[in-house]
Amino acid sequence: MFEGLDAIFLARLQFAFTVSFHFIFPSFSIGLASFLAVLEGLWLWTGRQVYLDLFKYWLKIFALAFGMGVVSGIVMSYQFGTNWSVFSDKAGPVIGPLMAYEVLTAFFLEAGFLGVMLFGMNRVGKGLHFAATLAVAVGTFFSAFWILSANSWMQTPAGYAINAGGQFVPADWWAIIFNPSFPYRLVHTVFGAYLTTALVVGAVGAWHLLRTRSSEGGANEGARVMFSMAMGMITVVAPLQILAGDQHGLNTLEHQPVKVMAMEGHFKSYPDGAPLVLFGWPDEATGKNLFAVEIPKASSLILKHSWDAPLKGLDTVDRKDWPPVPVVFWAFRIMVGMGMLMLLLAAFSLLARVRRRLYDWPLLHRFALVMGPAGFVAVIAGWVTTEVGRQPYTVYGLLRTVDSASALDAPAVGASLLAFVVVYFFAFGAGTYYILKLMSHPPHRGEEGPRRDQPVRAAGITPAPAVAESLATGKEA
Amino acid sequence: MPFDLPMFFAFIIAFAILAYVVMDGFDLGVGILFPFLPVGRERDSAINSVAPVWDGNETWLVMGGGGLLAAFPLAYGMILSALYAPIIAMLLALVFRGVAFEFRWRDPRHRPLWDVAFTGGSIVAALAQGITLGALLQGIAVQNRTYAGGWFDWLTPFSLLVGVSLVCGYALLGSTWLVMKSEGSLQERCHRMAFRLGIATIVAMAAVSAATPFLRDAYWMRWFAWPQVLFTAQVPVLVAIVTFVLFWSLRRGHHYTPFLMALALFGLGLAGLGISLYPFVVPPSVSIWDAAAPDDSLKFMLPGVLIMVPIILAYTGYSYWVFRGKTGHEGYH
Repeated sequence: MFEGLDAIFLARLQFAFTVSFHFIFPSFSIGLASFLAVLEGLWLWTGRQVYLDLFKYWLKIFALAFGMGVVSGIVMSYQFGTNWSVFSDKAGPVIGPLMAYEVLTAFFLEAGFLGVMLFGMNRVGKGLHFAATLAVAVGTFFSAFWILSANSWMQTPAGYAINAGGQFVPADWWAIIFNPSFPYRLVHTVFGAYLTTALVVGAVGAWHLLRTRSSEGGANEGARVMFSMAMGMITVVAPLQILAGDQHGLNTLEHQPVKVMAMEGHFKSYPDGAPLVLFGWPDEATGKNLFAVEIPKASSLILKHSWDAPLKGLDTVDRKDWPPVPVVFWAFRIMVGMGMLMLLLAAFSLLARVRRRLYDWPLLHRFALVMGPAGFVAVIAGWVTTEVGRQPYTVYGLLRTVDSASALDAPAVGASLLAFVVVYFFAFGAGTYYILKLMSHPPHRGEEGPRRDQPVRAAGITPAPAVAESLATGKEA
Repeated sequence: MPFDLPMFFAFIIAFAILAYVVMDGFDLGVGILFPFLPVGRERDSAINSVAPVWDGNETWLVMGGGGLLAAFPLAYGMILSALYAPIIAMLLALVFRGVAFEFRWRDPRHRPLWDVAFTGGSIVAALAQGITLGALLQGIAVQNRTYAGGWFDWLTPFSLLVGVSLVCGYALLGSTWLVMKSEGSLQERCHRMAFRLGIATIVAMAAVSAATPFLRDAYWMRWFAWPQVLFTAQVPVLVAIVTFVLFWSLRRGHHYTPFLMALALFGLGLAGLGISLYPFVVPPSVSIWDAAAPDDSLKFMLPGVLIMVPIILAYTGYSYWVFRGKTGHEGYH
């Protein structure tokens, strides 16, 4: 049934599917780890019970999300070899060690601190527990650091040489790690993770505000605090993210101009100011945007900060070096559109806060509720923009995607793709359902942490809880 | 002689594989035995005994995969693309099994369903790992630094034999683990199973060992050429001793010795594998040094490995120590 499809296209689809699924969990848990650290810090500082309740409420959700991130991550560490064996051989000496450091960092973080964070609350003392929570937050950041460094190197390779076997080999590790697009991508991605988490937390808060508003006693205190904190976070980070995205775009224009041409839908060059295509359908065959709505010269203003700056288009690029224009064009617009909606939510919540109506403005709560998944949509769309925009290369400008893949037949890849879709649908569908179930309960006073009468498993990939346990009870050593 | 970095990393990865096989082996084994345990208390006890450690065990698989990519990128690409179907099957099975483990507790109403996923995932993962091993032993056709065979080359009577052997072996590890960790009816049941599984594992190991030298002349020479036969013959001799102690200790009703002997059997099996393969990482043509990443890559990783691996080992050992002794059926305390 897959005979008509190209094996490489299927392999790309499979990688895209598994990495997108995997990426959902870390993009949520990076932000959530920081949120938990803030909650615990506030609790220690103010002594208010509500922060502790919220900490425990979100800790249970963190445990599940983290576990699913780990399980889907095992698949990723093998997929470079199964489907992209030539890429692994050629780029392995450079990106392999970066990923190895990611594994080792994650190992250390989870082994050392996750168990204490999850199960050690009443057992190791407040200071040490807070240190563990901070370590987990910092650790998720380091994981992101290494993996994004590897990813950025594929976008803007630097610090390498090529040996007789055609492999990329390291020449300067500093230049490899801090390759030109890495700082921008790291900031943009981490802000994205923060926004994603804030939107989810905000939506859960809004849901409970909407539900308890009509009931006696007014809204739940936990729901109010989480809603306010989430909206505050969005108000600060959404504008910053738009700035960071702009800077990242300028960096892309410098190093990967063809990607920007596809994002902008610029098929032809504009010697005296390029228009901003708001919407349209890029037609690669004719090199035109169908049904286009354009603002004259606005693209030059954004990208070059001048109305009349010339911008080159895809007509200056060999057709075989084009990325798939409609995908990049639309993924970029979805991401930017989500960003604008987040900015609107930020402004709306700021207005509500100034007018002291943050907790009793149902329209705001409904808006925040539907925006709950917006962060995931934006993060995935941004990922598609940058990854599909890198095509037709795996290592930009140096190694083509068609020359990177394993020599597999289409039916083999098609069958595995189908199996991944089915298994992920069941496994992570169930996981998402359990997370939503946890979220459907409002946080309450004296919230319990992850339950101790269940297997310590609950999260992470190492037997950390065992140590937390023994630290706690002092029964060993 | 300068420090041989590729050899050092080959040892690290071989160690990660050994650690994975013996540690995830017994918890996969528990999954394989699951249908033979009565629903309720015995199943809960069995799963409790592996709950605190299984996810740590699986981390060695990530270490093995990530380490192979970083240190031997050529071998990583060749092996995984050649053994595409069994590797993908193993990954999917592990996903299913991992979440089943978690959700079984969270959702008692659907527990029977997650139990099936747990067992199915365990069996498929074990079988796929054995097939992978068998297929690697029989050799991988390589041309121009890539896999050059068909996509069903891995499927042979020999690879299936290794697959079934590994399922038996993991089940033996699982049953002896439960003999060590449980009490009462569960322990008696596992004790009986360990006996039969011990016989099955020894027969399977003998069959694999007998078939291996006929796969390639190089293996035959490696095992039987004079004088190294004096060295290689130690392996079957040790297997015989370990087998004897295994059955003797089972008959005497020991709790710990059978598990340790099952571990020793696996260690010897892997030593035998190493003897057959060395110095190749992808037989018959790609050696450890052919496949290794350049020294600059290996040197960059060296500090990370030297610092982290001892910490991880100490940590793992400590948590096994904490959870020593018998497990109850209600979660541990």
